[in-house]
Amino acid sequence: MPQYFPPNTNAFVRWAILGGGAFLVALAVALPIFARTMNNAVGVPVPQPIDFAHNLHAAQLGIDCRYCHTSVEVAATASVPPSETCMTCHSQVRVGDPQLAELWSSWENGRPVSWNRVHNVPEYTYFDHSAHIASGVGCSTCHGRVDQMGGIWKAEPMTMGWCMECHRAPERFLRPRSEVLNMAYQPPSDQLALGRELVAAYHVDTDKLISCSTCHR
Amino acid sequence: MAVTSGSSRFVETTRVLAPGQSPGGLDDAVNTPVLSGRTPLWWWAGFAVSAGLLGLYVISIVHLITTGTGIFGNNMPVAWAMPIINFVWWIGIGHAGTLISAALLLFRQPWRTSINRFAEAMTIFAVVCAGLYPILHLGRPWVFYWLLPYPNTLGMFPQFRSPLTWDLFAITAYATVSLVFWYIGLVPDLATLRDSAKSRFQKLLYGVLSLGWTGSARGWARYSRAYLILAALSFPLVLSVHSTIALDFAVSQVPGWNNTIMPPYFVAGAVFAGFAMVLLLAIPLRRAFHLRHVITMRHLDNAAKLLLGTGMIVVYGYGIELFMAWYSGAEFELYMAYNRVFGADHWWAFWALIACNFLAIQPLWLRSVRQNPAALFVIAIIVSIGMWLERFVIIVVSLTKDFLLGSWFNYVPTFWDWALFAGSFGLFGTLFFLFIRLLPSVATSEMKEMAHHDAHHGSDYFEHVRSQYYGEGGRS
Repeated sequence: MPQYFPPNTNAFVRWAILGGGAFLVALAVALPIFARTMNNAVGVPVPQPIDFAHNLHAAQLGIDCRYCHTSVEVAATASVPPSETCMTCHSQVRVGDPQLAELWSSWENGRPVSWNRVHNVPEYTYFDHSAHIASGVGCSTCHGRVDQMGGIWKAEPMTMGWCMECHRAPERFLRPRSEVLNMAYQPPSDQLALGRELVAAYHVDTDKLISCSTCHR
Repeated sequence: MAVTSGSSRFVETTRVLAPGQSPGGLDDAVNTPVLSGRTPLWWWAGFAVSAGLLGLYVISIVHLITTGTGIFGNNMPVAWAMPIINFVWWIGIGHAGTLISAALLLFRQPWRTSINRFAEAMTIFAVVCAGLYPILHLGRPWVFYWLLPYPNTLGMFPQFRSPLTWDLFAITAYATVSLVFWYIGLVPDLATLRDSAKSRFQKLLYGVLSLGWTGSARGWARYSRAYLILAALSFPLVLSVHSTIALDFAVSQVPGWNNTIMPPYFVAGAVFAGFAMVLLLAIPLRRAFHLRHVITMRHLDNAAKLLLGTGMIVVYGYGIELFMAWYSGAEFELYMAYNRVFGADHWWAFWALIACNFLAIQPLWLRSVRQNPAALFVIAIIVSIGMWLERFVIIVVSLTKDFLLGSWFNYVPTFWDWALFAGSFGLFGTLFFLFIRLLPSVATSEMKEMAHHDAHHGSDYFEHVRSQYYGEGGRS
């Protein structure tokens, strides 16, 4: 039989098999680590056309979240305010400030400011703000201390696994409806007992929370 | 060359191997068309048609992914239609290959030897065609890996109580074992090709593929042990894969699906459809490659007997389905049976199915029909159509008229349903034409063993083995 391949072919094949096995092992180790540590851009500020400061407006000036995010209690989307909302104050405050150039041009030509989306939930996930607020999920539970943010960023990874942490055991996170907007809310030491009471009081159907069609239709 | 079948004087034989074969002659008969630099015109014609259909397949998939599953005729309540019919049809076809290669090996049926190689190839290509359908049928095919149990950020795991998850494991196990079994069987033959290869491309291709096979006694001993172990591994798959697919239906509540007979009935149907496809491939192949002394009348006769046997099991299944509908006394089951047989929309499908799968196979009781390639070819085509209709009747006709009048809906396949189906033939055909051009379509190493026995012990190997294992006197 003639030689078609160099003598080190066998060694090469052995190493290739070994390398393939090592790759599979590495993959099996790396995937769980990735799944557990993937942060999905948490804490990374999303650049915006105007450097809007939530801490200035919500904390120092004490404007209610709902002043701008008007539909948060009644609709699926919290809604991003139109320029008209900004102009209720800024027609008087810091008029002509170049930092707000985008707002002035939006006001003049009637085109909304093109804010960049921060929480990009997939189109096949039917998230509803009003349902969560009615069940006693606080703003800060998902969005973090927005009142302390200079810019805006995700406080939580917003992965499905993260959603499921609450959907599987809502009593761990619910708070009284009166505390939903309280950004500084701290869960009491008997959170589980309180949470179970709230689950019953707000008619949270824990079986439905983990069924696919609750969020995916 | 000691090949005689190419001439018009060739006399058909009912032995497993025509008498007077030499090992070298067998190698020449099988390997010459593979190693030859010239490709026959019929190959180019068949390959061109297949590649054209494969183009249609690719176009359909691109259109499907860019537009969505709305291009199909499926709509509630007929959520499973052409894609699932075609999936079950293709996966069923594969089963004959596994039965021939694994079950007949373990049952010591040496007539499997000359048809197992291309039947295994048929299995693998059919599984490829089948396996793509459930993925394409997903709303978002690009996230098909969500079906797998892998660590993820979704906080989710597949639902192991669902037969659809069992399906995934059944098909991936089937594809893997079939591929490994086929390849291990190919290694000695690839080494034969490597040793007589002429061009540099062939030397490299068969050199790499034959994994340094030297033909040493130790190599052979390990090879035959590995081959037997793999046969034992694949044998249960003949029964389990299609049983699992049957459970997709049997576990549901839809009248016409929720039947305990489904698993064995589906397995028989799969082997039935598979042997029809084996005949459809074997009859042209033995002529085109002048292999009539290797794939003999004995093979066609035996395949036809299996076709008849499994066909009658399937017909029994049709009878039991209707009987159980009556015997259950359940209103929805009764209506399903009535609608299947006499319903205004689809009665023709049921009666066409009976004509194809029951009436058309009855001539196979006659030996003269079983040993007539042209007749077998026609019957095999009819059976293939019949088995497609069977899945149409089970899947579509059951779904169109379910529990609530308000949700009744008639199903009409669209152009893209048919395009994807025709395209899957292109995929199968392209792979098969490449296979018969590049790889030996008959397991020559095993055939040579048989020829050696014929030459040195002067008897039909099949009868010899049969008498050895079943204790009867061999044929004179």
